[in-house]
Amino acid sequence: MAETSKKNPMDMVFASVTGIASVTVIIFIIGILYVLIAESSLAIKQFGVIKFLTSTDWDPVKNSFGALTNIYGTVITTILSMVFAIPVAIGIAIFVTEISPNVLKGPIGIAIELLAAIPSIIYGMWGLFTLSPIMSTYIEPFLKKITTGIPFVSILFQGTPMGIDILTASVILSIMIIPFTASIARDSFNLTPSVVKESAYAIGATQWEVVKNVVIPYSKLGVFGGIVLSLGRALGETMAVAFVLGNNHRITTSLLDAAATITVTLANEFAEADTDIYLSSLFYLALVLFVLSFITLALAKFFLLKAERKYSRG
Amino acid sequence: MTHERRRKIEGIIALTFSTLAAFLGLFWLVFILGDVLIHGVKALNLGLFINDPAPAGVDGGGLRNAFIGQLMITICATLIGVPVGVLGGTFLAEYARGRTIARIISILADIMVSVPSIVIGTFIYAVLVKPIGHFNGWAGAFALAIIMIPVVLRTTEDMLSLVPWTIREAAFALGAPYYKVITQVVYRAAATGILTGILLSIARVAGETAPLLFTSFNNSFYSLNMNGPISSLTVTIFQYAMGPYDSWHSQAWAAAFVITIFILLLTITGRLIIKWRYR
Amino acid sequence: MKTFLNVALVLALTLSFTSAYATETLNGAGATFPYPVYSAWSFEYNKVAGVQLNYQSIGSGGGIRQITERTVDFGASDAPLASAQLTKDKLLQFPAVIGGVVPVVNIPGVKAGEMKLDSDAVCKIYLGEIKKWTDPKIKSLNPEVKLPDNEITVVHRSDGSGTTAIFTNYLSGVCPEWKSKVGSGTSVKWPVGIGGKGNEGVASYTKRQASSIGYVEFAYAEQNKLTYTLLKNSAGNFVKPNFQTFEDAAATANFDPRKDFNLWLVNAPGKQSWPIAGATFILLAKEKIASNKKVIAFYDWAFNNGDKKAKELVYVPLPTSLKNKIRAYWKSNGLQ
Repeated sequence: MAETSKKNPMDMVFASVTGIASVTVIIFIIGILYVLIAESSLAIKQFGVIKFLTSTDWDPVKNSFGALTNIYGTVITTILSMVFAIPVAIGIAIFVTEISPNVLKGPIGIAIELLAAIPSIIYGMWGLFTLSPIMSTYIEPFLKKITTGIPFVSILFQGTPMGIDILTASVILSIMIIPFTASIARDSFNLTPSVVKESAYAIGATQWEVVKNVVIPYSKLGVFGGIVLSLGRALGETMAVAFVLGNNHRITTSLLDAAATITVTLANEFAEADTDIYLSSLFYLALVLFVLSFITLALAKFFLLKAERKYSRG
Repeated sequence: MTHERRRKIEGIIALTFSTLAAFLGLFWLVFILGDVLIHGVKALNLGLFINDPAPAGVDGGGLRNAFIGQLMITICATLIGVPVGVLGGTFLAEYARGRTIARIISILADIMVSVPSIVIGTFIYAVLVKPIGHFNGWAGAFALAIIMIPVVLRTTEDMLSLVPWTIREAAFALGAPYYKVITQVVYRAAATGILTGILLSIARVAGETAPLLFTSFNNSFYSLNMNGPISSLTVTIFQYAMGPYDSWHSQAWAAAFVITIFILLLTITGRLIIKWRYR
Repeated sequence: MKTFLNVALVLALTLSFTSAYATETLNGAGATFPYPVYSAWSFEYNKVAGVQLNYQSIGSGGGIRQITERTVDFGASDAPLASAQLTKDKLLQFPAVIGGVVPVVNIPGVKAGEMKLDSDAVCKIYLGEIKKWTDPKIKSLNPEVKLPDNEITVVHRSDGSGTTAIFTNYLSGVCPEWKSKVGSGTSVKWPVGIGGKGNEGVASYTKRQASSIGYVEFAYAEQNKLTYTLLKNSAGNFVKPNFQTFEDAAATANFDPRKDFNLWLVNAPGKQSWPIAGATFILLAKEKIASNKKVIAFYDWAFNNGDKKAKELVYVPLPTSLKNKIRAYWKSNGLQ
């Protein structure tokens, strides 16, 4: 920091103003945590922590609420969307860094950014009007047909193919989170020193072997950080999923069934909860989600920082 | 099959898969944008921008109130969020450069960028809606501002850090106090970058729906009053797309088209500026 | 850059303070059941009186919540509140219009008014016990209708709904199994099905899902050309949902201002009564006298001028005697 011989009063003012501005980040995080805890205190007192997190009740008539169905929906859609998205994202990163001609690298990079920029409500709307009918008419019946009889897999595809279910929601979510992993993976791949790659080529490795055995292990941390970032984003996504998830609070083994996630429950029921305990339980859900996503994103940041440190050193 | 052939085939399969993955990504992009384009342009007409909504199920309504409302909320959010973000980023890059507090705030800001926006909506409801007693546009603007601040803060910090220290030293050598160095020299040098960060943050919040659901709520009428419920394009799209009326659906497509074009233009402009300026 | 910012700032601030010059706005929220008629009425009222009645259909549960929190000027709910709760939350309540909840189906080849259902069938479908259209129970009610052997997709509400309250109240009244397993209320623990948001959402899902069944307020069935079914009422007759059967259900009703008009119209005894009729209510916060007067002015106008529009949308306007009882209620509460 610069030391001036005379302490200019304006400097103190400006430093304080900018300092306060930067501290708002901390204030907001603490504020959100505080307000969420305060508003959910009624539900916390009534349901406790373990009971709330493990109860499948979501009964507004009997005023009994539990988070498990919502957490289940959140976790299932997130995991499934990651299963669809991560291979594609890594594939895109490999393509952009290794295979594509230089001319295409820029445009494809922009294309990935555009995918990330499309507002989530557009994804949701498109999902409802376009993807859902395709899923219910072609894809889901097909999946159902080819998995009948296979012991463990067939339970995943029970029930009527409505198009408004976990599977469709996960597909849409996966398209949304591809860009985050793809761009971070691409940046990490690019940071592999060419010296290391060239030495691998020198001993006769194929292009794919260089990617598999040199680039990917080298950029492990960065890629992992990108994956966890996508995870964090997927956890908190609301609008893309709200249209096609079906809003049914239950734990189900079939991907063709409707379910509920924390975000969609909040979107649908927050303005309408008519008893204090109902609203408090919703705040409780928001608190659970906030803590969950904060931890996930902190983890992602941790990996990315470690990667940064490693690359700047090596 | 020789070992060498096997390696080669494995390589071809893997790289083909990667190429397919890239094309899959492109496919989704083209599919989604194309759909929005086709359906949106079909429903686009002058009445959409000039008329206010008609009663449920009646044809001929428009979305004038939603366009204006969205504009107002976004402008107010920008006016709140951008100054805070820019000033905050300045602190991290200048006065607190290298200090632990800067690293902490920087990391926290990165996390805040991806926090679920609906949780921010519930927070603002508890803080700015319940105490005031009614839904209001300012609550919506604040919710969006909270999302904007970390984005602007981080890009400002990064852009200011890119300005070489020697430029500051030259100004110091002329006897300028630090705040003058920042406002009159460093800001000018980083202006394009900061502006881009602002553009990208606007693109980010212009499409947000969840934080507005229980803050600015919605309004079926045209209103300029930020102290009451304001309609927004995104919430209206949500309402109309979920509804049964075909007239609502086509209006939703048209609104989706307008928002998407706006956001994509902002994003592309921002990225291109960065590319040219910081090659 | 600086001048641009200045101009934008001034513009935004001026716009935000135009509240002084803004048109009069009343904010209401609640039931999606009467949304078509309220939105038609408020559109007309705006032309006549220049007042903007901004009504957001978020479901009765939301309407009750928002008015209890005083975040809106009036709430709307199809589920009437008991006087005890009204006193506790310091609210006033009166009915505005009467309508009917109808089951709607989406079965290829089946047209509106062709299919017959009774309370037992509806109950078992919503409990998940009847899974296909070819179930013997449904077939016995509809011998001449060609029913496909498809699974039934059940559609219900995902939000707090007075329409749900009326529907589940009906089911609880005629189906002991429903009453014990699920119960009635604005939001219940649905055994099966997907949830749509608002009457709009249920209508939308039913419209796009082949082989589905849902329940909506009749105006939504009409406006969206959904396939409604006939129902067997308590007198044993299969009736169509229309103005006459709704009116028949309302005819025997005795709304009591002393009980704040709390009354359910389900399973009405009349020969031609529609079994799932219901009134929809307006809730006011007792202490907001100034805004209450304006809300009353709107509904008074609607009582005088809105009957025709209501009938067009197949809602049953309140009988004149009831309207007068309501006006007396307003007067006794200092609002007219």
